[in-house]
Amino acid sequence: MAVASARQTDTAARLATLAAPDAGTWLRGARAQALERVKTLGLPGRRDEYWKFTDPRDLAAPIAPRAALFDPGDEAPAFDAIDRVNLVFRDGVFDAGASDDPALAGVEIEMLSRAGQADIHWARDVFGVLESQGQAPVPRPFAALNSAFAAEGVLIRVTGRAAKPVALEYIHSSEASDAMLHHCVKLESGAELTLLESGPLAARGNIVLEVDVADGARFHHIRAQGRDPECRVATHVFARIGAQALFKSFTLSANGALTRNEVVVDLQGADASAHVAGAAVGDGAFHHDDTVFITHTAPRCESRQVFKKVLKNGARGVFQGKILVRQGAQKTDGYQISQALMLDDDSQFLAKPELEIYADDVQCSHGSTTGAIDETALFYLRSRGVPLRQAQALMVLSFLAQALEEIADPVIAADIQARLEGWLDRHST
Amino acid sequence: MLEIKNLHAELEEDSEVKILRGLDLSIKAGTVHAIMGPNGSGKSTLSYVLSGRGGYKVTAGSATLDGVDLLAMEPEERAAAGLFLAFQYPVEIPGVGNMTFLRTAVNAQRKARGQAEMSAAEFLKAVRVKAKELQIDAEMLKRPVNVGFSGGEKKRNEILQMAMLEPKMCILDETDSGLDVDAMKLVADGVNALRDAGRSFLVITHYQRLLDHIVPDVVHIMSNGRMIRTGGAELALEVERNGYADLKAEVA
Repeated sequence: MAVASARQTDTAARLATLAAPDAGTWLRGARAQALERVKTLGLPGRRDEYWKFTDPRDLAAPIAPRAALFDPGDEAPAFDAIDRVNLVFRDGVFDAGASDDPALAGVEIEMLSRAGQADIHWARDVFGVLESQGQAPVPRPFAALNSAFAAEGVLIRVTGRAAKPVALEYIHSSEASDAMLHHCVKLESGAELTLLESGPLAARGNIVLEVDVADGARFHHIRAQGRDPECRVATHVFARIGAQALFKSFTLSANGALTRNEVVVDLQGADASAHVAGAAVGDGAFHHDDTVFITHTAPRCESRQVFKKVLKNGARGVFQGKILVRQGAQKTDGYQISQALMLDDDSQFLAKPELEIYADDVQCSHGSTTGAIDETALFYLRSRGVPLRQAQALMVLSFLAQALEEIADPVIAADIQARLEGWLDRHST
Repeated sequence: MLEIKNLHAELEEDSEVKILRGLDLSIKAGTVHAIMGPNGSGKSTLSYVLSGRGGYKVTAGSATLDGVDLLAMEPEERAAAGLFLAFQYPVEIPGVGNMTFLRTAVNAQRKARGQAEMSAAEFLKAVRVKAKELQIDAEMLKRPVNVGFSGGEKKRNEILQMAMLEPKMCILDETDSGLDVDAMKLVADGVNALRDAGRSFLVITHYQRLLDHIVPDVVHIMSNGRMIRTGGAELALEVERNGYADLKAEVA
């Protein structure tokens, strides 16, 4: 009981620093329920099995640890060259002046801060709902905390095929900032949207994205989490996927003191696909955790998890990936791979792949490896005249390629690739 | 061109395993030498030691290319100096396009030699001509390096790299292994097309049949880390008829 009461004390200390945002009736109700969930679940501690590899202390602390501002030098902001509707958030506060006019055919965009007054009926079925459903079988208290207190975010309803991506650009501009954003996306039948996210939210950030992908809809999500070395962030993506729908999410992370990215997907309609991928590159004080939970509820769905990490100078990578196949989900095709490439002997990769299957006619595979750059391949490149550093960079890109292949749009993929090449150039020794 | 004197090498991690034991070899510009020998005689090790692969320790002797000490250089420097090794087992590199790889290699060497880099257009034009001669189609150029290539495709890809890099000293390590007669002929034609007064070849092979297509000027028989016989093309035929046992017995 000592643990439980310590947890309650910690949770109460965190809650004491937060104030419920103003909202209309429906949102107020959803937030009150979320607050109850936080109180019941309690914020996690190191003893929680789900946080065995990642210490949640800095994410749960009442006051956010400071993070120095970071100058990316001459590197252009992510997705800068892509024609998009860009919405800018500075330390979690929407900057309308720096943002594009959110007008896009087939797409309704509303800010969460205004949603209480404007009664957005569709959001009632999404906001806090997918998060709440995602609390079992494993609790995700930071997501509930976010539902209860995030004052800002974007609510996007897509009724057609969006002609260009919607981009959320986060700018970290104060050393002591502590921000939460809560986004909801609803794709109606047959709709299609690409959502981009870039940058670190704040010194400490908490982002929840709830995505409801109706039958036959297609959702592409690409994130570049920024290079700020001292920022900390917990993100959750909750997705509900309808029949014959597609959900794809890719995340690039390059340095960050603490990143925990949870993705929780439920394939509820038959013949749907969910692909979740990530490339994380860390040098030094870098802790990156991908925690993925994919549930196959409906039959004949396909899911892929492809996570690659490149680590050096004591960087730490974590992967917790699960495929749960429910009884009715026959003909499931599940695939999971998590791999780490160690550029020295000082880094660490902790992986916990899990399969839990209750249907008898399924195909599921998973694999996890940790290794160094293949010496034979490196020699092959060098024997062709490619200098050592360049050969190593090529081998790292070769290692990451399988994750990058999960990005459908070649222009976006090229942007991500260029960022990785830049990182390799700066961090090669 | 290539001068090897009294070369001794052993495994780096086990100095008891001595592979090259006083090997001498002198290759003049414009000539084709072949090395034949039984398994374990040190043929592949010789190619690795010359090209700078890790895992071997040279304990005595020298190897120079046009007077430059090969053994003191990094593998990429040896390549820039004009040495090329066609691998027995070309390496697959997923995620790196064959074309990107080739262009990176060509331009890295040009840069090392103080030459201007080739533009994408120039490179594409040059590679197309050479690929066509080796019956390498555009699809193969686009695919990741050697991934999903058949044995013959991999070996043709090695020759394509050789043709693009234009080395002066080419070592072919069992290029015929795993090839059928047609594929071998195609590879041999590719090699013959590169024969030139300023370019030399060292062809390592188990079997005489490759030497029907790439006719050598000099044939060496290697055993136990040294050359035990040197002769003309007819020596390869003698081996084909009688095997290596007689030759080894002669020396012993």
